[in-house]
Amino acid sequence: MQKFIQHTGIAVPLDRANVDTDLIIPKQFLKSIKRSGFGVNLFDSLRYLDEGYIGQDCSKRKLNTEFVLNQPRYQGASILLARQNFGCGSSREHAPWALLDYGFRAVIAPSFADIFYNNSFKNGFLPIVLDSAEVDALFEFVHNNEGAQLNIDLQEQTVAAERAGLSYRFDIDDFRKSCLLNGLDEIGLSLQSADAIRRFEEKQRAASPWLYR
Amino acid sequence: MAKTLYDKLWDSHVVEQREDGTALIYIDRHLIHEVTSPQAFEGLRLAGRKPWRLDANLSMPDHNVSTDTAERAQGMDGIVDPTSRLQVKTLDDNVRAFNIPGYAMDDPRQGIVHVVGPEQGATLPGMTVVCGDSHTSTHGAFAALAHGIGTSEVEHALATQCLVQKKMKNMLVRVEGELGPGVTAKDLVLAVIGEIGTAGGTGCAIEFAGSSITSLSMEGRMTVCNMAIEAGARSGLIAVDEKTIEYFKGRPMAPGEEHWQQAVTAWRELVSDDGAHFDRVVEIDGSAIKPQVSWGNSPEMVLPVDALVPDPALEQDETRREAIERALEYMGLTAGQAITDIQLDRVFIGSCTNSRIEDIRAAANVVRGNKVAPTVKQAMVVAGSGLVKAQAEQEGLDQVFTAAGFEWREPGCSMCLAMNADKLGEGEHCASTSNRNFEGRQGFGGRTHLVSPEMAAAAAIHGHFVNVQDVIQER
Repeated sequence: MQKFIQHTGIAVPLDRANVDTDLIIPKQFLKSIKRSGFGVNLFDSLRYLDEGYIGQDCSKRKLNTEFVLNQPRYQGASILLARQNFGCGSSREHAPWALLDYGFRAVIAPSFADIFYNNSFKNGFLPIVLDSAEVDALFEFVHNNEGAQLNIDLQEQTVAAERAGLSYRFDIDDFRKSCLLNGLDEIGLSLQSADAIRRFEEKQRAASPWLYR
Repeated sequence: MAKTLYDKLWDSHVVEQREDGTALIYIDRHLIHEVTSPQAFEGLRLAGRKPWRLDANLSMPDHNVSTDTAERAQGMDGIVDPTSRLQVKTLDDNVRAFNIPGYAMDDPRQGIVHVVGPEQGATLPGMTVVCGDSHTSTHGAFAALAHGIGTSEVEHALATQCLVQKKMKNMLVRVEGELGPGVTAKDLVLAVIGEIGTAGGTGCAIEFAGSSITSLSMEGRMTVCNMAIEAGARSGLIAVDEKTIEYFKGRPMAPGEEHWQQAVTAWRELVSDDGAHFDRVVEIDGSAIKPQVSWGNSPEMVLPVDALVPDPALEQDETRREAIERALEYMGLTAGQAITDIQLDRVFIGSCTNSRIEDIRAAANVVRGNKVAPTVKQAMVVAGSGLVKAQAEQEGLDQVFTAAGFEWREPGCSMCLAMNADKLGEGEHCASTSNRNFEGRQGFGGRTHLVSPEMAAAAAIHGHFVNVQDVIQER
């Protein structure tokens, strides 16, 4: 997994609550058997005016110029600012894969759906929860300061907009933080507990033999 | 100390509690389908890892399979879309290479994972169940701790038979009272979501309890837990009672005679203790619930069938007002319009929410002797599994539907998310027994209205929504 230590980049505001994973990456693109290549179809139904299909050359499609990701001032953005319950709906990990593949490294919102939040960490993609007032302030900052960047420091657990003197602290589990900072392979870590898993199985097999065939 | 059902399930699966607050949790059953598994198998291959325990897994293709009988008869070649075909074939290749048990597309037991798991007794009370699909919450109806996972965790579960988890909060939704005639488990859960919102259960395992819940069949309880995720909760749970135990008698993968009594004794413990602590409690009057119809693009945008489409001007909260405005535009509805005036282009009866035998029987009872309205372009019934389909055919229900003008299809996820060829056209309204009414969910520009099987059947006959309670009363 790629590490996440610090990141500085342009933030793009997506001012809409309850953004679901069908909106982040529509189902026709889930037919891919790879982990990469989803970026061109991120927010497909919002970004383009036509219906997209898998394997299409997206450079020839008509863009929805109203959509915030298509606005010139947000080109090259790598931080997504979002509203509450971001990532609700399906468990598709294709959602964080698409965000990463597009070039995002982090998303900031007042709240996330559980499965999306969890999936993000497995990919070196950082979901940051700030309280609503803080997110509002960042929306306003980004709106008023074209080209301004946000700085994220995972070690310090802060998001800062230096130009405006804003700095907010966020919470994160120690385990997730350490996995991100060190780019750890979670499966490898869990397999260090192989003996404990075997002992659990022996005990369970004795108590509930019907669970084993 | 008094424990909730969730506490008990959690405690009995902790392999290792870690100082950072996470725990290694053992997974008893892992269900696998073709959409979220290819990258996980590829990950195993790249790392040179093998599945930890083969017999804990059960695989089947469901999202991409064709539901057309002629196409289905041609096997893999019958899947017209080459990307869908490759995904189903990749699952076949992977389960063969890694020796994972399961049902191929042409197996009579194939179907939607969440229908087949319980049907085969692959899901049992007291288990932890995971699958790379958010509707894994369905299995909580059997007092199993079940939740959806992403592909990285599919790989983790395959490689270690465990997941690294943090304990969720306990939430209780108590629904008391007798449900009215024509009011189903679907209406109950839609009403709950309408009440608590799509993030109402975020961070929680929701236990559903109360007389309205216990009076439901196991099929109905699955419908309720299925949609716990639409209330933001990864897991829904319902305590074990006699109905739960009765359900598993004679199921192929349920405990045999040698372990049956021992299993039943253990299962009876799977209830929340008196006085157990819940972090949040919501009480709902089941007797006041009416048949529900969703009108917007979030499952919380739902109303009783006799209501009017909401007026954004009356909404004080700006974010909510904008969401209502956007939904009305996308859905092609006007504020103040009667729900019963919404005209339907297509009707879909199926999905892991409502495709079990009881759902099909209930819809057939409404359809029997009637015809699909001429304004409805397509009405389809997609059984949740090959065995559900066979059972319905044995009862002659397929004839009831086809005589009325419905299409009788092969099992799969179908138009719930339109990964196969079953989809809505742009701007089309669909009465759907599925679980999500997100923009584009059932097809680009498609307009989904979530309803019960009975309501979908009545809508097919009338061409617009009607209160199924009136239909029942006329009989």
